[in-house]
Amino acid sequence: MTASDPTTLTEEFHKLLRIAGCRHHFPLLRQSVNGKPLVYFDNAATSQKPQAVIDAMMRYYEAENSNIHRGVHYLSERATQSYEGVRVKVKAFMNAADTRELIFVRGTTEAINLVAHSFGRAFVKAGDEILISGMEHHSNIVPWQMLCEERGAVLKVIPITDTGELQMDAVPALLTPKTKLMAITHVSNALGTVNPVKELVAMAHEKGIPVLVDGAQAVPHVRVDVQDLDCDFYAFSAHKMFGPTGVGILYGKKKWLDQMPPYQGGGDMIRSVTFARTTYNDLPYKFEAGTPNIGGGIGLGAAIEYLNELNMDAIRQFEHDLLTYATEKILAVPGVRIIGTAKEKAGVLSFVMEGIHPHDIGTILDVEGVAIRTGHHCAQPVMQRFGVPATARASFAFYNTKEEVDAFIKALDKVREVLG
Amino acid sequence: MSVLNELYQQVILDHNKSPRNFRVMEGATKHVEGYNPLCGDHYTVYVKLDGDQIVDVSFEGAGCAISKASASVMSAMVKNHTVAEAEELFRDFHRLVKGELAGEEELERLGKLAAFAGVSEFPARVKCASLAWHTLHSALNTNETSISTE
Repeated sequence: MTASDPTTLTEEFHKLLRIAGCRHHFPLLRQSVNGKPLVYFDNAATSQKPQAVIDAMMRYYEAENSNIHRGVHYLSERATQSYEGVRVKVKAFMNAADTRELIFVRGTTEAINLVAHSFGRAFVKAGDEILISGMEHHSNIVPWQMLCEERGAVLKVIPITDTGELQMDAVPALLTPKTKLMAITHVSNALGTVNPVKELVAMAHEKGIPVLVDGAQAVPHVRVDVQDLDCDFYAFSAHKMFGPTGVGILYGKKKWLDQMPPYQGGGDMIRSVTFARTTYNDLPYKFEAGTPNIGGGIGLGAAIEYLNELNMDAIRQFEHDLLTYATEKILAVPGVRIIGTAKEKAGVLSFVMEGIHPHDIGTILDVEGVAIRTGHHCAQPVMQRFGVPATARASFAFYNTKEEVDAFIKALDKVREVLG
Repeated sequence: MSVLNELYQQVILDHNKSPRNFRVMEGATKHVEGYNPLCGDHYTVYVKLDGDQIVDVSFEGAGCAISKASASVMSAMVKNHTVAEAEELFRDFHRLVKGELAGEEELERLGKLAAFAGVSEFPARVKCASLAWHTLHSALNTNETSISTE
């Protein structure tokens, strides 16, 4: 079928329509704040949860709660099945080759720390280099800094352009024989930039360098296919993709995970323990010490099922339209400057207003019922790069509407009225 | 008065637009850097003392309207007061923005500082309003050269 095929057009239309109709699945969005209907534009900080996720977690605690991987009894088996079933859903969601390559973690931050500790211990020594980019979240900077400090290694940074894109022509020279790993964000939380991850991975692999991708901001917006990207590690959190807090996934290629020592020691990650010697469990359990966040994992599974129903490609299209609409509207507001104007963006509109501090924008918007984030967004180097102390950031999800964008723009007029 | 007008009172808007004593001070007795890492507000407060008399106060830096206006009003109010008087104002101001002041009489005593009463309705902004005061307090009482609200 081609794009001009009427059948395809109708299908596309129906997919978009289904997204437009899904707002009522999110009970939290039905409330008023300060007497105004809530406009939730802080999705890059955390997303709201559909009823399906809330129900799945409640069902687990009401009917299945039990510890996994250890009981012979009925409940433990059921809980184990549900939990391990999530691993299978995650495998399909990100098109991993094998469930053993998927490790449950607390979130993106823990996933990156796991790799920094474990990969770092196995492969990084004095004089080696770790390559990151100028648009990383602190969670993809600090673990590497700590590793470099401990090992005497050097942290290198890919610079970013004035539009907030990676300076791609600077990359080859930064991939040196000393580079042990490149760690790069898929989508920037502060700028919204979608990075050409596949291209970056290919550049690194040409020199035999593995790549970790911070996918925290990507998974709610774009279809992720780790085999197509060919990245070596991919990290994300459930809570930014409509699942609960406290659970996330580290994808790692088996060839690396096999060579890496455990991150934490404890129950579940062992095969046998004596005081003389402990042998470790197989993948992925080698990296899963202690009782995990079982209820959270089940919530993640429900979030994946929910997103599958909606279709990630349709979500991308819907949000693209919303971001384009919001960008046009905000550029018409006098004194507004958008920080991050990359060609490929997802979900984020970061901006400053002439003579008005982002914190004041945030307070006034809140009084108008509009929730945005203001500050450095845990990306202080990005703020330094653009010469601003902070930005105001509106970030979108598929349950947001153009009417909400209008309310947001109207609230910005209020900001100018009060402080302009 | 709407809740927004209560927060952004005329005094605050005025001091934000034209901050008083907004300059680096040469020959200061003490200067301390105050930083709120949460929102990036960042000021340096300078004091010149003659014995326990505050003969001059100034500040420079950047931040939100509430933090800048607060630093400006503070600088104007504590000048030509004793250290002990400034400290008492700081205590009153702290109670004011936390919503702990007793009544009209106390508010009246605070003069221009009363403009910050609306801050108590915005818990997330209390630190903005207090940053310059904490910095001054540190300058008057400690050997610290920088403070952070976190």
